[in-house]
Formats: sequence, structure tokens, C-alpha cells
Amino acid sequence: MADYEHHSYDVIIIGAGGAGLRAAIEAKQRGLNVAIICKSLLGKAHTVMAEGGVAAAMGNVYEEDNWQVHFRDTMRGGKMLNNWRMAQLHAQESPDRVLELEQWGALFDRTKDGKITQRDFGGHRYARLAHVGDRTGLELIRTLQQKAVSMDIDVFMECKVLRLLRDDQGAISGAVGYWRPTGEFITFSAKSVILATGGVGKSWKYTSNSWEGTGDGHAMAMWAGADLIDMECIQFHPTGMVWPLSVRGILVTEGVRGDGGVLRNSEQKRFMFDYIADMFKAETASSEEEADKWYDDHTAGRRPPELLPRDEVARAINTEVKAGRGSPHGGVFLDIASRRSAEFIRRRLPSMYHQFMELAGVDITTTAMEVGPTCHYIMGGVRVDADTTATAIPGLFAAGEVAGGMHGSNRLGGNSLSDLIVFGRRAGMGAADYIEGRSGDITLDAAQVQAIINESLVPFSREEGENPYDIQRDLQELMQSNVGIIRTGSELDEAVVKLEELKERANNVIVKGNTRVYNPAWNLATDLPAMLTVSTCAALGAQARKESRGGHTREDFPKPDAAFGKVNMVLSQENGGGMNAPVKVDPQPILEMPDDLKVLFEEAK
Amino acid sequence: MTDLTMRIWRGDENGGELVDYTIESQENEVVLDVIHRLQATQIPDLACRWNCKAGKCGSCSAEINGMPRLMCMTRMDQLPQGPVTITPMRTFPIIRDLVTDVSFNYEMAKRVPAFNPPPMPEGGYRMQQIDVERGQEFRKCIECFMCQNVCHVIRDHEENKVNYAGPRFFIRYAELEMHPLDTNDRRELVREKMGLGLCNITKCCTEVCPEHIKITDNAIIPLKERAVDAHYDPVAWLGRKITGRKKRTADEAAADRP
Ligand SMILES: Cc1cc2nc3c(=O)[nH]c(=O)nc-3n(C[C@H](O)[C@H](O)[C@H](O)COP(=O)(O)OP(=O)(O)OC[C@H]3O[C@@H](n4cnc5c(N)ncnc54)[C@H](O)[C@@H]3O)c2cc1C
Ligand code: SF4
Ligand code: SF4
Ligand code: FES
Repeated sequence: MADYEHHSYDVIIIGAGGAGLRAAIEAKQRGLNVAIICKSLLGKAHTVMAEGGVAAAMGNVYEEDNWQVHFRDTMRGGKMLNNWRMAQLHAQESPDRVLELEQWGALFDRTKDGKITQRDFGGHRYARLAHVGDRTGLELIRTLQQKAVSMDIDVFMECKVLRLLRDDQGAISGAVGYWRPTGEFITFSAKSVILATGGVGKSWKYTSNSWEGTGDGHAMAMWAGADLIDMECIQFHPTGMVWPLSVRGILVTEGVRGDGGVLRNSEQKRFMFDYIADMFKAETASSEEEADKWYDDHTAGRRPPELLPRDEVARAINTEVKAGRGSPHGGVFLDIASRRSAEFIRRRLPSMYHQFMELAGVDITTTAMEVGPTCHYIMGGVRVDADTTATAIPGLFAAGEVAGGMHGSNRLGGNSLSDLIVFGRRAGMGAADYIEGRSGDITLDAAQVQAIINESLVPFSREEGENPYDIQRDLQELMQSNVGIIRTGSELDEAVVKLEELKERANNVIVKGNTRVYNPAWNLATDLPAMLTVSTCAALGAQARKESRGGHTREDFPKPDAAFGKVNMVLSQENGGGMNAPVKVDPQPILEMPDDLKVLFEEAK
Repeated sequence: MTDLTMRIWRGDENGGELVDYTIESQENEVVLDVIHRLQATQIPDLACRWNCKAGKCGSCSAEINGMPRLMCMTRMDQLPQGPVTITPMRTFPIIRDLVTDVSFNYEMAKRVPAFNPPPMPEGGYRMQQIDVERGQEFRKCIECFMCQNVCHVIRDHEENKVNYAGPRFFIRYAELEMHPLDTNDRRELVREKMGLGLCNITKCCTEVCPEHIKITDNAIIPLKERAVDAHYDPVAWLGRKITGRKKRTADEAAADRP
């Protein structure tokens, strides 16, 4: 029997990115006893890597902007699959959340009259992204981190949660995990748990995500009995680095295009003009001259096609490369050097300048970058109630990238950072309200805890078995080739079969060497069940959605299908699920938008 | 393909040693890539931290051939020929291999009295770009803690750790001190309890900062000047503040913290 330490809180928040930190601040302000748990050191979550900005219709640069326009852009960007209520709350509340960050010490870049300035991004009608150069995520996470620290919120860093626990009534009761620096186990009892675990990108070969993006929260929620939706909707960001190979996938911010950068193929052609879908024709420039006027004055011309939503741009790049018009290393050219002064580029995009200089030896003020699509963000996630972020499990809430619905089938740039602060706050409120209405003590089931601990230790006891790194590599290859940016029925069928084989191998994983102290091989072995679970969900969702929409493109069903546009793909397991348990796929109707909001879309036509 | 020799410190709190590993070289790799390939093929339990792999998170600090560097931003082809030695940051206690216990820094962060602005006017605060830029320089900090690692005040004198914030937090104090909106006065605190006086401006911190923050020139030296002012002549200092707003005293500010 392994020993473990135990802690008791009102609320535990799993994840210390923007969503988790904002939730913790809210819950603490409500007088609750709060802890944050995260796999890395505090301040290192994905949120720190966000570059371009946080979207909020503040109207500081274009007075015409307001929440209705932002709402409409978000819904159209998501191809109307979004949970309309989430998109509405997000558009309405994000300006206040951004201003709140300055009350806590953030320093955004300014307009001439001293307000927060805003930059252009794809799919946003007006310049809407508040930013700090190209390190907005750092500003956001550091501000929230410093606020949380000043409030004396307990932080368990480098601590991985393995599983959620429920009581015999089915309500959430806590979680089991381990400390990475010692390998010792730890349990939490909690009246409420907020999931803020971020994304899943690490299961793909070329990705902008770090080792943390293993979908733990998605998987733990489904194992515990919550529903996931639309896990096939995965965003491949159009511009990742493609070369050198060792940095392939690392992100190049959309801010490069927002600030005037254009995409060219090997024939030096600005090819995006050939890829303007009907839905966006009315508001997209049809010539280079018109597009170039727009940068200075959005009323003088229509938007450049380089700033179409990400799914459109990523597919276009993919097509160009397939047609043999790619760059030497299999991408296309992103050129800002010939369009903006070196001084402008270094001031607006300092970390991109640095990143290319150091990693590729390329000076982006003189030379075009080579870029191509990279797995970036999952729109799908845990099904939640928009107002409270409540899941189907009493006491379990979810916010940030782990939650589904807000972004429909495709997310607009900048809408994630705003999502984190809007719904992080709402999760804190939701959990606090739930706790007010509940009674009774919490006891954890010791046998259940022990079983979870034992399961995580099995890899040490095997005589022989599979290297966890090999399984991870094969999974990444499989997802990249079969559940990548363009999908087709036969490849998805194959993926589903091969995922079962990989699970068999994961059931036989071995960790050599005896130590649990900061042992990355063991850490990876404990990440594999979640990675394989979310990968299975993505493949099953993709199989079932026989249409193309946003971040889900089927070669065999290249068009959107109105019938599929009205359903979420709901994925679930019976209570007591796990990596090896079957996953049920069930299309269910999306939330119906009220008539007063539908009008916004009719007027626009 | 030629072979690389990676000389990596392996061990834990009880001690350790440099161990040589041979692995084939690949084009255009950074040190962290080689570490990852070693983990995947030869040393599955090799402990190291990383997250972003793009110089943005400050997780992967180590000493490469004795120099504090980010492993993800150090290209192999820019290191001298011959074995590459990788050791953990020296100033912090070892957990295992390249991973150190950096909790000292998180403790110092807790001791910084919080930002304290006046109530926000309708529509948000107005600030000029030029005024926010001073603070923005310090807010570029990715908390790699390499400046803390090289600062001799704690590198060579363990006992100083109790009362020394270190360069990373000197820039935090400076940032708040220069923030156009802040109303707390932390100058006495940083001088008396945070060891500002122990820094003798060797500039080692500035030299290693991967964000090129001018830690000494732009933060420590101005902070020292202001702290001296606060000590001898608080009125003169107040008169110098552009805004003329009254700052709270050191004791009032420190009272915010346990
Ligand atoms: C390179 C890059 C650039 C981006 N740029 C932008 C941008 O400009 N604008 C924008 O809006 N969005 C951007 N995004 C997207 C955005 O940054 C992310 O979607 C967002 O930060 C996710 O935040 P989060 O709070 O949901 O989770 P994360 O920030 O991903 O944090 C997840 C947290 O959960 C913890 N965790 C996970 N599993 C466990 C577990 N089992 N136990 C304990 N803790 C766990 C992790 O340790 C971490 O603390 C970018 C993303 C990347 C990768
Ligand atoms: S300048 Fe001061 S803070 Fe920086 S390394 Fe030298 S003594 Fe330490
Ligand atoms: S100031 Fe520079 S060296 Fe010090 S922690 Fe911050 S980024 Fe690292
Ligand atoms: S991994 Fe983030 S700085 Fe090196």
C-alpha cells in the first residue's frame, strides 16, 4: 500500500493557465478555500506562449466595434456550430475583463490618446486585439499569477492529477495525483473541482503545444462521466515554422499578417486571392491594391484574404504545397520584410524576430519566413452550461481550452485569451454558487484511491514491455497522417483500429529504473491514457461528422452539410470509464439561437 | 553523420557526476532537441524542465559549458567543437539531473507588496505609450531565474538567501516603483529587507538575461538612487514624481503581506 498526503479545500482548480488562475481569483474573492494544481511551475502554462493578443470589442481603435459585431464574427468564424450563449457572454464581457487586468497591473500597448490599442487579426471585422507586442500571453499569465499570489491562494506546482473522484451520489468529491519532483502521491477532497487543463495538441507530430497538452482534463472528465463535444474540430494554425525540422510546428503569430505580412507561393504569387469562399466574398478584397489600402483605413477597402479565418488559410496553404507550389522545406512564404520597415517589424514583432534569428538563422526584416500548418488548438471539449460552466457532473466545472462549444468548429485568433478570462471568472462564480447550495462532509473512498495509485505504478513492476516514448511517437505519426488537417473515411477507419493497437501497447508500458523522483519516462507513461483517449474521441468524431466544417475537413465530404451543422458530436463513456472502455458517439442538436440574435446574421447578408 | 558527446550531470540531492553520452548529430538542432532524443532513445529517466521550446516560458535554464543558457535557444552548431557539458543551475538545490528546486524565487515573489492603483475611471486608465514602456521592459521577464543563478550574493553565500530578493525581483520592485498608477512605496522595504544594498553592480545578471533586460542600468541603479532618496529625503523624491500622487509608506505597503 502506497502512502499519500491529503488536503481538503472548498474548490480545487486543475490548471494554472489563464482560465485556472482567473477562476481561482474569483473563488477566493468569494471567500472560499482555494487551491490551484498544475503540472509545470507556476507561470509556465501554455497561456504564457500566446502571442498576438486578446480579443475584446472595446472600440478603442474603431468606434464602430461593439459586442454584436464581435459575436457575429465569432459565430461565423465557428461556422455557426458555436454554443451561441457562450459566444454572446464572451463578446459582452471580454472588454471588462481586459480592463480588469490593468487594475491588477498589466500594461497593454497604447493608442495615441492613452487607451489600450488594438490590432487586426483574421476573422475580426475591426482591429480588436489588445496586446503587448507579441507577448500578450506572458502579460496575461503574469498579471493573473501575481494577483493570485497576492491573495495567498495555495498553489501545488509540478503536481499531476491522475483521476477525478465522485461520491456515492455521483457528485464530485476530489482528485488523486502525484508530485513530479518526489513521485509521492497526493489526494484532495473538494466540494467542487474546476478543470482548466488546456488542450490536446501533443498527440500530433507537428504542433505548437508543449508536453503539457495531453488532454488530461478532457479525458478525466469523460472517464468520470461528463460529455465531450465536437472533438474532431481541431485547429491547424496556418503559420507554424516548417524549418529547421527540429522546430517544425512552433508558432508564427497571426499578428504578422495582421500587421501587413502576406503569403506567397514559390511563384511569388499572393495565392490567397484564389481561395475566398463564398461566405466571405462580400467582405474580402478582390485585388492586391484594394487589400493594401485596408491596412491604413478599414473603410477604404475590404479585408485582405490573408486574414480570412484560420481554417480557410490553413487549407489553402495545404493545397498550394500539394500542387507543388510550396517553399523548399514544404511550406509557403510569409513575407513581411518587403512590406514593412525593419524598425516597424522589430517593434511590433520582437519575439518573432528573435525566434527566427536564433532558431533558423533567418532575419525576418530582410527575408521571407517559411511557414505551414501546425496543430494548435482544440475547439471541442467538455460540454458545459454557458452561464455557469457546469458540466453534467454535480460540482465539476470546466473553463478555457478544455471546455467545448464557445468556438464552434473554428476559433478566431485572440478569442482564446478572452475566453479564459470571461469563463475562468464564470467558473469561479459557478463553483461558489454550487457550494452555497450544497451540504454534507466529503469522504474519499480509500479503495478507489488505492486502485488509481496502483494502476499508475504498474509500469515499474513489469519485467518487459513497451517504451513510453515509442508509443508517443507512433501515436503522433498516426494522428498527423490519419486525423490531420485533411481527413478521409478510410484513413479515419484505419486510425480507429490502430488506436486500439496503441492502447494495447500502452497497457504494457514499462518504466525502467526505479525512481519516481522527477522521472519523465514515468510521467509520460501516466500521460498516455489521456492522450490515447482524446485521440480516440477526435477520430470517432471525425468519422461521424460526414461533412467539412471549420477545423474538420473531409476530402470525401468536402462541403458543409446543413444537417450536420445542427448537431454536436457528443462523446461519452459509462461511469467508471477509462482508456480501455468503449466511447459512445451520439449526434445531439445544438442549442437553438433566439430570434433577436438571429437577426444579426440576416442583416449582414 | 558525426557523433556528439554530451557530458551531462546526473545525480540527485545526495550527489552525482558528469556522464558522457554519445549520440549522432542532426542538422540545426538546439541543445534541448538533443536532450529529448537522448530521453527517447538512451536515458528515459533523464530529468529536465521544458515547455515552449521557443524561449518564451523560461523553463529550460541550465549551464551549458558553464554558461547559464536556455537549452531551447542554444544551437548546437554555435557551440565549440568537442563535448558539450550540461549541468544544472548551481545556485539552487538539486532535485534530480538538470532539475533544481527553484522555490526560493516563488517565496520571494510572495513578499512583494501588491500593485495598488487608484480606482479605475469609466472606460479604463489612460496612460501614454512612453510611460508604459519602462515597466514593459521588466515585464518581458520570463522567470528563467538565470540572473538569480549567477548573482554572487546568493551563489556564493547561501546564508544571504533569507533576506535577498535578487535581480529578478529587483526588476519587479523597479517595475512597480515606475508604474504610472501604483500608489505603494516599497523603497524602504527593498533597501532594508530585500537586500538591495548587497548588490554591488557587477552586472552579471544583465549579461545572462535571455530577454536582454538591462537589469542593472534600468532597474537596480535607479532603484538604489530612489531608495537612498526615500531614506534621507522623502520630500524631494515626492516632488520628483510626475504625477505628484502620494505614495503609501513602506510599512503600510508591507502590511499587505503576511
Ligand atoms: C504558441 C501559442 C500562441 C498562442 N497565441 C494566442 C493568441 O495570441 N491569442 C489567443 O487568444 N490564444 C492564443 N493561443 C491559444 C491560447 O494560448 C491557449 O488556448 C490558452 O492559453 C489555453 O489556456 P488554458 O488556461 O485553457 O490552459 P493552459 O494555459 O494550457 O494551461 C493548462 C494548465 O493545466 C495544467 N494541467 C494540465 N493537465 C493537468 C493535470 N493532469 N494535473 C494538473 N495540472 C494539469 C497545466 O499544467 C497548465 O497549468 C496560443 C497558443 C499557443 C500554443
Ligand atoms: S549586479 Fe547586483 S544583482 Fe546583478 S548579479 Fe551583480 S550583484 Fe547580483
Ligand atoms: S530578468 Fe532575465 S534572467 Fe532574470 S529571470 Fe527574468 S528573464 Fe530570466
Ligand atoms: S522551453 Fe520555454 S524557454 Fe526553453
